[in-house]
Amino acid sequence: MKKNRKLPKDEILFRVIGYPPLFLFALICVLPFILVIGSSFASEKEIMVHGYSLIPRQFTLESYKTIFQNPESILRAYGVTIFITIVGTVVSTFICMMTGYVLMRKDFRWRNRFSFYFFFTTLFSGGMMPWYMVCVNLGLKDSILALIVPSLVSVWNIILVKGFVGGIPYEITESAKIDGAGDFQIFVRLIWPLSTPVIATIGLFTALGFWNSWYNTMLFINDSNLYSLQYLLYKLINDAQALKQIAAESNEIIETVPIESMKMALTVVVTGPILLLYPFVQRYFIKGLTLGAVKG
Amino acid sequence: MKTKQPAYKPKKTSFFRELYLRRTLLLMLVPAVVLVFIFNYVPMGGAILAFKKFNYRDGIWGSPWVGLKNFQFFFKSGKAAMVTRNTALYNIAFIITSTFLEVFFAIVLNEIYQKKLKKLVQSFIFLPYFISWVVVGSIAYSLLNYETGTLNSILTSLGFDRINFYSKGGYWPFIIVIFNAWKGVGYGMVVYLASIVGIDGSIMEAAEIDGANIFQRVRYITIPSLTSTIITLTLLALGKVFRGNLDLFYQVVGQNGMLFNYTDVIDTYVFRLTLKASDIGQTVAIGLYQSVLCFITILIANWVVKRKNEDYSLF
Repeated sequence: MKKNRKLPKDEILFRVIGYPPLFLFALICVLPFILVIGSSFASEKEIMVHGYSLIPRQFTLESYKTIFQNPESILRAYGVTIFITIVGTVVSTFICMMTGYVLMRKDFRWRNRFSFYFFFTTLFSGGMMPWYMVCVNLGLKDSILALIVPSLVSVWNIILVKGFVGGIPYEITESAKIDGAGDFQIFVRLIWPLSTPVIATIGLFTALGFWNSWYNTMLFINDSNLYSLQYLLYKLINDAQALKQIAAESNEIIETVPIESMKMALTVVVTGPILLLYPFVQRYFIKGLTLGAVKG
Repeated sequence: MKTKQPAYKPKKTSFFRELYLRRTLLLMLVPAVVLVFIFNYVPMGGAILAFKKFNYRDGIWGSPWVGLKNFQFFFKSGKAAMVTRNTALYNIAFIITSTFLEVFFAIVLNEIYQKKLKKLVQSFIFLPYFISWVVVGSIAYSLLNYETGTLNSILTSLGFDRINFYSKGGYWPFIIVIFNAWKGVGYGMVVYLASIVGIDGSIMEAAEIDGANIFQRVRYITIPSLTSTIITLTLLALGKVFRGNLDLFYQVVGQNGMLFNYTDVIDTYVFRLTLKASDIGQTVAIGLYQSVLCFITILIANWVVKRKNEDYSLF
């Protein structure tokens, strides 16, 4: 429709007004990442003299070397985060799917009551302190479960599932029942395979949430073996002492520790997987968002 | 979500027969029901601590009642007014800036016909949504810190004085609004873009043939078809006007006491008190105060949405 025709004046004007802010904003969205990556390869001296820069004048791996001379704490945090992301996402997605399906079953007389039971929690909450005390009383302090269990149920995901599953014809459930299939069987064998789009959506958003989570660690974990990746980064960036600790373990002389570039290198190390995966997964997120926008 | 007459009408059976018949379905609900009970409903009960002076020896039930004392302290200290005002004003600023940018960018992006360019721009703007707030905090620090921050490097190279952002509160409302937009606009833009794509193409073509220029098409077709989404999303956001984004405020600003007058919101205040765990009754009271405030605003917002457009109301 729009092939090779001369642009009318109004469209030229539209572009003159619209494109610069759009492209500028797009650039602003990406530049900080380049800045962080660039600075992570700069020498400490250069950062001190010239500040952070997009392209380092002198390329050095010093900061990465310092970090990876003693990578134990980072690798352990990676392990923790990968573990909670996988376990949390699988369990959470399954629970939300199952719950959403039951709440959509038209022959289930109490579905509205249960729906309200879940929905009410989005309107009112007891606040952070009582929640914190409940978690502590359950023995979640210094337990890896503290990073998973409190975040397993997402009412918004249940609502999303309800909307999606509602679009699957009820006759499928009904005919399977007549054939003698049990309710759980119907869910696993018939509904689950038909729900791939919504499973992908809530799965991806849940995984992103677990990967990026930090404050459950801050509230409940003192044992540094159980630090999640984001919390470790938070701690290292905000606590120069902890950063020097890492450097000291790798036999650096404290004065020459490349603190500033190390902060940037750590940020790169922590964000790396997300940045690498981003080009491949972003379209699924966009699809999911559209799904949510239409149904939600 | 309200009681629509179900197409399929369940037969009336006795309670216990129903319980037996639905045992599998009920069992399937157990995990979520139990988790929500423990992590949502039990804390609601724990909110009675707002009216008690908690001590560990007497526990939740044994601790003495103190009436509204916990609230009084919060209000008398002047903190209540400050954090409540900050929370509401920030959220309103977020709503205005984000909505404007999201709609504007979605409209412009939709008019880019080079597919590759469009995808690229969209990917760029969506990118910050994926990274954690901790990383955003790290990025903020690399831009703003006094000695080596990029912004200060630029300022000095232009012949200006360095600005110590981390000790001057006045800059922070702008910084926070910018970072909020930076991280969130991509998400909203995609939502609006989806509803623009949903507009019937033949209407656009007809308008074009009738000689409507692009501004007229945007003004009379695109924007009107977005208004109901804009209004709904805005009202829902207004419903959460007293809920501060802990991630944003805690990670971008940090624990910097010098800035609190400008940057402290209810959530960060409660979070700090929770970490300290020194005066539990008071912390619970502030949390409860916020919950009630949120509850009321959500009800109002929902009522307004419902009057405007029934389909979009939450309940």
